[in-house]
Amino acid sequence: MSLLDYFRSNKNNTAQLAKERLQIIVAHERGQRSTPDYLPQLRNDILEVIRKYVEISPDQVSVQLEQKNGNLSVLELNVMLPEEK
Amino acid sequence: MARIIVVTSGKGGVGKTTTSAAIGTGLALAGKKTVIVDFDIGLRNLDLIMGCERRVVYDFVNVINDEANLNQALIKDKRVEDLYILPASQTRDKDALTKEGVEKVLNDLAERFDYIVCDSPAGIEKGAMMALYFADEAIITSNPEVSSVRDSDRIIGMLSSKSRRAEQGLEPIVEHLLITRYSPKRVNSGDMLSVDDINDILAVKLLGVIPESQAVLKASNSGEPVILDKESDAGMAYQDAVDRLLGENRDFRFIQEEKKGLLSRIFGG
Repeated sequence: MSLLDYFRSNKNNTAQLAKERLQIIVAHERGQRSTPDYLPQLRNDILEVIRKYVEISPDQVSVQLEQKNGNLSVLELNVMLPEEK
Repeated sequence: MARIIVVTSGKGGVGKTTTSAAIGTGLALAGKKTVIVDFDIGLRNLDLIMGCERRVVYDFVNVINDEANLNQALIKDKRVEDLYILPASQTRDKDALTKEGVEKVLNDLAERFDYIVCDSPAGIEKGAMMALYFADEAIITSNPEVSSVRDSDRIIGMLSSKSRRAEQGLEPIVEHLLITRYSPKRVNSGDMLSVDDINDILAVKLLGVIPESQAVLKASNSGEPVILDKESDAGMAYQDAVDRLLGENRDFRFIQEEKKGLLSRIFGG
């Protein structure tokens, strides 16, 4: 590293940025790893059924499977309905 | 009992084949009977890196399909005693590797070898899954770069869920991290993830750090595993990794920037 680089280097430490981005995405993906493959399809099917009655967008439905202790799993379904006019 | 070691990464171009060739050759140099198996069906390249591309007659898929026996397909290395290569097929048939077929070939190899090094293809398709399925140990090869580290993490997840050891509830695969194309200079200037950064994210025991080195391209140009270039930094770093794999303690070299004189410090270069 030359003297010039020394003054430049601390301004934009991209390695630190890379590490922070990686920590977030890796933690997120590890969380999803244990969920079954059918979950996205299940979410789509639920969305289609609700759409027969109410117009909602995909981000208003969240489906999560949580592994509780022992052999108990909880499927959590959250639907945000639009305000009635 | 033979140890099956998969060299894997998820991402392509990070140095799996270079690593398979170097580690396999290093194990044979240490007196272990070793075979390196190319799992990259359709895109065979281990033969080029090992410098035996003109000696391929039969391949892995021929053996699975009983079109040739192992003796016909195995290529004996001309430089190192007790080192063999099983080349991949150039077929475009994706289903050429069956779990039963791979298991049969690995069982036959296990009778004759101490180490079976499986060179995995990139990706998470069938070839990569077959390469890691029967593994006892895994060398996760990663560049100090975001997409490579992320893909390594996915592969680590698969080692612990999709492998034979995971499915049968056996002892988990022993995981090793090998960082390649490492540049201490760029780490110091804040442009590259450091060994510690990568370790914080992946949390896998470090097997080796291979510096970015001209020796690697020179080695592949000439079809010589880089570990045979004993004067080179990359060759020495791979030798250290092999020694660690065999249970020796080795200090990590080439992870600190080389000290330079005052003039080059000021003017760079």
